Amino acid sequence: MTELISTDNATNGILSKDLLAGLRVVVGLMIPESHEYQVPGADDEKIFNDIAGSIGDEAEILKRGLDNLEELAQEAFNCRLVNAASEDLPGLMATFKSADREFIKALTSLVASCYYRDDRVMKSLGMERRPPFPNGFEVEQGDWSLLDPVRARGKLYRDVTASEKNDT
Amino acid sequence: MQKDPVDVLIIGAGASGAAVAFSLAETRMKIVCLEQGDWTNPAQYPSTGRDWEARHFGDFNINPNKRRARADYPINVTDSPISVANFNGVGGGTVLYAGHFPRFHPSDFRVKSLDGVAEDWPIDYDFLEPYYNQNDRMMGVSGLSGDPAYPPKQSSMPPLPLGKSGQTLARGFNKLGWHWWPSDSAIASQEYDGRPGCVNLGACTSGCAEGAKASTDITYWPAAIRAGVELRTGCRVREITVDKKGRATGVIYYDEAGTEQVLKAHVVVLACNGVGTPRLLLNSRSESFPDGLANTSGLVGRNLMFHPYASIQGIFDEEQDGYRGPGNCIWSQEFYETDASRGFVRGYTYEIVRGRGPVATAIAGMLSGRVAWGADHHAQIRSMFNRVTGMVAICEDLPEEHNTVTLDPILKDADGIPAPKINYTLSENSRKMLSHAVSRATELLITAGARDVMTEAPIGAGGWHLMGTARMGTDPEKSVVNEWGRSHDVRNLFIVDGSIFVTSAGVNPTRTIQALALYVADSMKKRLDNLFD
Repeated sequence: MTELISTDNATNGILSKDLLAGLRVVVGLMIPESHEYQVPGADDEKIFNDIAGSIGDEAEILKRGLDNLEELAQEAFNCRLVNAASEDLPGLMATFKSADREFIKALTSLVASCYYRDDRVMKSLGMERRPPFPNGFEVEQGDWSLLDPVRARGKLYRDVTASEKNDT
Repeated sequence: MQKDPVDVLIIGAGASGAAVAFSLAETRMKIVCLEQGDWTNPAQYPSTGRDWEARHFGDFNINPNKRRARADYPINVTDSPISVANFNGVGGGTVLYAGHFPRFHPSDFRVKSLDGVAEDWPIDYDFLEPYYNQNDRMMGVSGLSGDPAYPPKQSSMPPLPLGKSGQTLARGFNKLGWHWWPSDSAIASQEYDGRPGCVNLGACTSGCAEGAKASTDITYWPAAIRAGVELRTGCRVREITVDKKGRATGVIYYDEAGTEQVLKAHVVVLACNGVGTPRLLLNSRSESFPDGLANTSGLVGRNLMFHPYASIQGIFDEEQDGYRGPGNCIWSQEFYETDASRGFVRGYTYEIVRGRGPVATAIAGMLSGRVAWGADHHAQIRSMFNRVTGMVAICEDLPEEHNTVTLDPILKDADGIPAPKINYTLSENSRKMLSHAVSRATELLITAGARDVMTEAPIGAGGWHLMGTARMGTDPEKSVVNEWGRSHDVRNLFIVDGSIFVTSAGVNPTRTIQALALYVADSMKKRLDNLFD
C-alpha cells in the first residue's frame, strides 16, 4: 500500500494518520479492485486521496466509527485494523455495519461520491468522462401514441358545482 | 440605493417575492426587496463539475441545517419526521426545485364543501385562472393540453421528452388503465423568452446551469429590476416595526456586513415561505402585538402543512434514462380525487422521477443491501445503474393546528435572531394515503416490468413545501390574512407566500404560490386609493 498523502487540512486534523490508514482498509473492503470490470478499488491512491480530501463535515461521525472499529479489531485480533488478516475483516465489518447506521450512511455517501466520479470507473460504466454541462445528454422523445387510451378515457377531475362556489 | 421611506418593502426574493415585485413595478412606486441570500452564479452550479452528485450533500444540500451557508438560518426539526428543505438566495426555492409545475384543481379549493374536512378557500380555481395564465407566460410552461385530470389549459411549449423511463412507466399505466399525462414543467423544452431549451443535464435540483429551468432569478427578477424595483441582497430582516396605531412602519435588518439597519416603508409584503414568514411575525413582538405581529387569531405558525412524500422506485432489466434528462417526465392523478373506499379523504399525485446518477444509485444500493460490499459490488451496481426509475407520491396534507412553526428558545441564526422550531405529526389520513400510494405504485412498477421495488415513506428529507402558517380567509378569528392577502390586524401588511394556503392540495405549490402573489398584487393595485380602509 502506498503512503497516504497528508489530509490533515481536509479533516481539520480530526482524523489521525492511523485512522486514515484504517479508513483506507475499510473502503478497500467496500469496493475492491476488479480485473473483470477493469476498475480500481476505492483504496486506490488517487481515489482514496479524493475520499480523504472530501470528508468535511462528516469527520466527527467517521472518527467515532473508525475509533470503534479499531477497538473491535483490538478485541478480536489483538492488532490494529490495518494489520488484521484480510480474510478476517469482512466478518468484522458485517458485525459493525448494523451497529452504527449513522457512520455507515456517512461512509457510504463519501465513498460512492468519490469512487463514481473517477475516470476509470466512469469509463467502465459506459459514461463519458465529463460533467453534464455544457453538452448535456440525448433523451429520446418516445412514442406519444401511448397517450391514446388516456385520451379515450375522458374527464377525470371533479366538478365543483355552483352551490359549492363562494367567490370573492 | 433607495432612500427611506419606500412605498413598498418586500421581504424575500423567491417565487412569490419576485412575482409580487414584478406586478407592482408598473405602479412606479418606490419598491425595495430585501433578500437574506445572494445571487447564485449558474456557471458554478454543480452540473458544471464532475462532483455534481456529491454537491447534493454539500453546498447544494436542500437541508439548510446541513448546507449551512451564511444566508441560511437553522431550523429545529427534532420534533418532526420531515425536515425542511429550502434555499435562501435570489430565486429562493425555485433555484433548487425540480420544476414540476402543476396547478391546483377546482376541488382543491373546496375541500370542506366536497369532503367535509379543513376549510374552503375564499377564492376558487376560476377566479385564480387568469393569474395562473399570467404567471405561466412569465415562467414558461412545457406541457401538453388536454390532460383529463384538469380543466382545459394551455402550455407555452411542447412537453419534455418521454424518454425510456417515461415510456416504460406509461406502458405500465396503460396496462392498468390508469391516468397519466406529460407533466406540466417549468423547464423550457425549447427556447423561451431568451432562455435556452433543456439539454438534459439531469441535475435540475441543484440549479440549472443551462438556464432552461424557470427560477425567478432569471425570469421575474430581471424584468422587475428593469422596471425599477431595487433588490438588496445579504439583508436579513430581524423584525417588522409598528407604530402606536398598529400599522407597520418598516423593518430592522442586518446588512451584508452584519450592521443593523432600519428601513421605513408605507407597505410591507412578506414573501419568506411557510416557515420564514411565521418566524418573522413571531419575532416581531411589540406592545400592540405581544404574541407576534398579525397574530390576534393565534394562528400565525399553526396549521403547518408539508406534503408527505413517498418514493417508490423500480429496478428494471432494461436500461432506463438514468442520469440523463430532467426529473420531470410524466405524472398520474389516478388517485387524486377523494374516493371513500380507499379509507382516506383527498388524494395524491404520482410524479415520475426519470432516474439517478451513479453516486445516488450506489448509495441507495449499498444502504438498502442490494449492492454488496466486496467482490460482488461491481456486478450488482451494474444491475442497477441506469435501470432504476419510478416515482414519488405527493400526498395532500390537511391543516391541523398542532402542526406548528414556533420560535426555538435557544437556537439562533448567525445574526442572533431566534430560529424556527417545527412540531409536526403525520396524521392518520396521511399515513393511510402514503400506504395506499406505496402499494399502488408497487403494483404499477411490477406491471411495468420491474424486478424489484425500493420504497421510502415518508421521505424524511422531503419538506420541500411549506404552507398554511398564516392562512387566508374572510373570518379574522380563523385566518391571518383576508381574501386578498392583507393582514386582518395590520392594514398595511401583506403576505404572498405559501403561508397563506388554506389547504395544500396534492401537487407542488409553486405555480399556485405565484398566481396568488400576482392576485394579491393586482388586488393592491386596484385599491391604491383606499388600500388601508
